[in-house]
Amino acid sequence: MKTLTNAPFWLLLVVIAVVAAAPVALNNVSLREDFFLILMLIILASSTNIIMGYTGYVSFGHIVFFGTGGYIAFFLMQSLQLHFVLAALCGGIAASVMALLIGVPVLRLRGAYFALATIGINEAMRSFVTNFEPFGGSIGMFFNFSVYDAYGGAKNAGQLAYYGIVAVALLTVAASFLIKKSKFGLGLMAIREDQDAAQVLGIDPARLKVLTYTISAFFPALAGAIFFFKNGIIEPGPAFELHRSIEALVMVMLGGYGTVTGPIVGAIVYDRLRSTLITAPPINLGTLTINLSNFHLVIAGVLLLAIVLFVPAGLIGWLRQRFAPVRRYLE
Amino acid sequence: MNLEALIASSFDGLMLGFVYGLMAMGLTLIFGVMKVINLGHGPVIVIGMFAVLVMSQALGINPYLTLPVVAVLGIAFGVVMYFISLHRVINAPELTTLLATFAVNLIITGLMTVIFSTSPRGLDVSLGALQFGAVTILGTRVTAVVIAVIVTAALYFFLYRTRQGKSIRAVANNRNAAELMGIDSTWMLALSFGLGIMLAMISGALLATLFSFTVLSGGGLETKSFVIVVLGGLGNPTGALFGGIIIGLLESITTIFIPVSWVPVLEFVVFVLILLVRPNGIFGAR
Repeated sequence: MKTLTNAPFWLLLVVIAVVAAAPVALNNVSLREDFFLILMLIILASSTNIIMGYTGYVSFGHIVFFGTGGYIAFFLMQSLQLHFVLAALCGGIAASVMALLIGVPVLRLRGAYFALATIGINEAMRSFVTNFEPFGGSIGMFFNFSVYDAYGGAKNAGQLAYYGIVAVALLTVAASFLIKKSKFGLGLMAIREDQDAAQVLGIDPARLKVLTYTISAFFPALAGAIFFFKNGIIEPGPAFELHRSIEALVMVMLGGYGTVTGPIVGAIVYDRLRSTLITAPPINLGTLTINLSNFHLVIAGVLLLAIVLFVPAGLIGWLRQRFAPVRRYLE
Repeated sequence: MNLEALIASSFDGLMLGFVYGLMAMGLTLIFGVMKVINLGHGPVIVIGMFAVLVMSQALGINPYLTLPVVAVLGIAFGVVMYFISLHRVINAPELTTLLATFAVNLIITGLMTVIFSTSPRGLDVSLGALQFGAVTILGTRVTAVVIAVIVTAALYFFLYRTRQGKSIRAVANNRNAAELMGIDSTWMLALSFGLGIMLAMISGALLATLFSFTVLSGGGLETKSFVIVVLGGLGNPTGALFGGIIIGLLESITTIFIPVSWVPVLEFVVFVLILLVRPNGIFGAR
């Protein structure tokens, strides 16, 4: 693994780790909450990018793994009192197994058909969980506060969840980097450019794609487990929210499709933009008062359209195209 | 269960199916001509609903008389939407057009939420009902079916009997060859996108006469349209009509045997299975 001696690889991980340590060092809980959300979005965007950016298969319903991992981990913690870390790992493995099983048939579909199928799988799963009584049906499940006692109370559990999300974010970014720089990743990008030509060159597209899908399902499932552990409540709607899945696609496009740093930058920019818009004070234009928070969807839409139409490579992709020396440092 | 309940709900489902079919036809027409899956389909249906609401409540026009206006608005809006969001990227990979239409989805949903808020709305339309034993047929539903059939017939007449319609089919078949024959393919793409949006808005207007709705009703209707379109074959308008009827029947009949909340599970499982086994739909692509 040559990448493991690669300076940009370690630099990227160290930067994320140092920034993520700031709220803990400063003992600032509200900053920690903001960072938690950003790190979670980085996980969702980066893992979506692993399947979408490298192989060109647009998984519109990737959030299904977030919800599945969250539900399974939550169930194990709630009814079997399993430890949080163990439960999260179980959720992650379950989501990967699920991706393996559905990936084999679904990844045979190409283009728009694959995108539609992933939407269908997410909706099927959401409506199934809504009816599945062991998971609480449409009401969902919530913790007794005694669950947090094993971790030293709710306050410490929040801290633990933050460490968890930092670890998973680092893991996701590392995996994304390693895949891109490996021979495996090269095979994926060959599939993205021309699947039939790749096959002629001796690449087994079916095997590579399913493996990638399985890997990319693992991280959002861990994120889901941690997110719902912190919330103490899980419901079918928020767990399988298609909108969140599409937001992850927006972040990938914003930062740069098929790059390692792109989804990270995209997640940060998107999150900051959204929270700025939502909390912005109203603008007074004489008799007319415009409340920007109402317009945050509109502005997100206009921004997305502008990127898709004019900067399809995304921020990082554009920098890489424009300034050749940057390419060595920004993967 | 009893036979009467079965007959009653079959009638209900059948009638609703025609409106669903019309709704999905807009999506499938656009896919058939330009291989674009319009992720802005749901909000466009909602625009149709609110267009009727505004015209009938603010101006006091009978909801059914507003339909021609809705149709004209639909074509105009579709053509504008095509030139703003799709024209530049029409030859790009699917991802690009999916995201471009999703951006339009966000913009429309955002604007509609600002203007109308998300509180539930409804039209007060009553056309009486016909009673046959246990079977009650609501006048509004019959009217909706009749209008759906008329619009479908008009669409087919346009596509097969007029020069513009034939040109659209030529562009769908082979864009380069059509251009060599002197067809302005850009305008044909814009026009077919306009027609697709028009169908979605008319179906929205009809649905508004049947159910109450909110600004956010589009999401569920959009995924339902996907199911129908895949059932009937992506790009096949007749298939969409049959797909709509199947889903309408499925929704109403299965509720006799299983709880209502399980119906979506069934729908989406069928949807994924059909994509896997017969991606061209039950009736094949056209």
